[in-house]
Amino acid sequence: MRAPVPRLEVAGIDSLILRLFDSIDEGNMPWLLAASQRLHESFGAALIDLVPSYTTLLLHYDIQRIGAPQARELIAQAFADLQPASRSGGGCHHLPTWYDRSVGPELPLLARRSGLGEAELIRRHSGHEYQVFALGFAPGFAFMGLVEEALATPRLSTPRKRIAPGSVGIAERQTAVYPVVSPGGWNLLGRCPSKLFDRAIEGYSLLQPGDRVRFEPIDHAEFIRLGGDDSPLETSP
Amino acid sequence: MSSAPLSGGLRVERSSPFILLQDAGRFGVRHLGVTQSGALDWISMYWANWLLGNPLGAAVVEITLGNLDLVCEQDGCLALAGADLGASLDGQPLVPWRSFEVRQGQRLRFAQPRHGARAYLAAPGGFDAPQVLGSCASVAREQLGGLQGNGGPVASGDRLHWCAAAPRQRTMDERLIPRFTPSPRLELVLGAQLGDFSGQSLFDVFNSAWKIDTRADRMGMRLLGPVLHCRRSTMVSEGIPLGAVQVPADGQPIVLLNDRQTIGGYPRLGALTPQAVARLAQCLPGEELRLAPVLQETAQDAHLRLLSQWRQD
Repeated sequence: MRAPVPRLEVAGIDSLILRLFDSIDEGNMPWLLAASQRLHESFGAALIDLVPSYTTLLLHYDIQRIGAPQARELIAQAFADLQPASRSGGGCHHLPTWYDRSVGPELPLLARRSGLGEAELIRRHSGHEYQVFALGFAPGFAFMGLVEEALATPRLSTPRKRIAPGSVGIAERQTAVYPVVSPGGWNLLGRCPSKLFDRAIEGYSLLQPGDRVRFEPIDHAEFIRLGGDDSPLETSP
Repeated sequence: MSSAPLSGGLRVERSSPFILLQDAGRFGVRHLGVTQSGALDWISMYWANWLLGNPLGAAVVEITLGNLDLVCEQDGCLALAGADLGASLDGQPLVPWRSFEVRQGQRLRFAQPRHGARAYLAAPGGFDAPQVLGSCASVAREQLGGLQGNGGPVASGDRLHWCAAAPRQRTMDERLIPRFTPSPRLELVLGAQLGDFSGQSLFDVFNSAWKIDTRADRMGMRLLGPVLHCRRSTMVSEGIPLGAVQVPADGQPIVLLNDRQTIGGYPRLGALTPQAVARLAQCLPGEELRLAPVLQETAQDAHLRLLSQWRQD
């Protein structure tokens, strides 16, 4: 694959969108990661934030240190001879997940919609290695994909006011785990006992853009042993 | 909590969910989905801190709409900037944009908005709070920042301490006081998906009065006015800068503020300048404003000039 040439779009007084791709593709991430790395190097302390998403990078720089023309030069530098980041480096996270109706209320719905039945649905959801496309919505909330077409399900028409931490959901062709209590409209299949966002985690977030993730089905006893909270949605703290 | 010796103290007797510890915000962690946060009217926060010789982004109390009663537990010197929320010290009116002495036992009250929406209370060295991901800025939905580090607001029963004993008091040049005049003209840096909006919509954006909707908080403020049309309805989600003006399918723009989600998929016209965001933070629902186009480099020059006013001593 040829190195992408970013299109630069003004996003705000001190930020640019670097548009590398036009559509979502698992092949985008190695380039986005490589570009992030190089931009950190070329901007140094003048880089305030760099937010990767599916096809873009939002670059927020310090205008007290550099002006707009210099920012464009540094971007050009960063993209010179860019090589895609290697996939093997990050390894793969295994997220233990207790798939159960009590914590995954859309399990029956998705099983029916897909015509697969619950056991096969769980096997398929956990049988695929996903990629983290972006973090957003909440700290540590990783948008992962792509979920196979048969499992793709639109968001709930009325979002829930409260979703328990660790809840594993599907929206369209993406899957995610809610790191903290929050409202949300994803279809819930189960719950993961792992901490996803914590100050004790190096880099704060267990999942980072570009990481690979697998869900590993576990039973209730294992879920509790791993510190999971099995209280149903409405009453969970 | 900080291990440095603490000075002073305010006991909170009455508060609301809109009274928050804030500072300049959280940076370098937005790729993790962590919002920027920080004082909405950063200009008033800068002045409040400047009046006491603090670092400009030191921790302050952001008081939105008033309804705050504090009791001073020690003598000290504080500073107030931003909105006039009918503040008083033992019943004597307190005007913003200056520092003032407090004595033990005195009662500091904020009533309701008389002019503007948000006041900033600063203390010597800044208020003491744990740093969470580099900032004490409070974000309830992220459970980050604030006095306990869990994102909670300043609550009745809390005690606020400050980090330094003696301030370096300063007086503001009257001419530099922001006036919050009605129907402000807010500058919007042109960009993003601007080219996908219809010609009529681009005319309407900059030639209409926009009214602030009641759906307004630290995440964003919705503006009511002519319906804007964009060729695309949604996009692949991408990073969103401060002040971004996004237009969802109903054609009514939303200005995204400090507590916005880090990525989003609605087409945008560009983003307000930081100065415009600060001014917007002082508007109440029902107030009107106008939008004016500005180019990125022009806006950068103006912003650097604005920042230079805090360098003089």
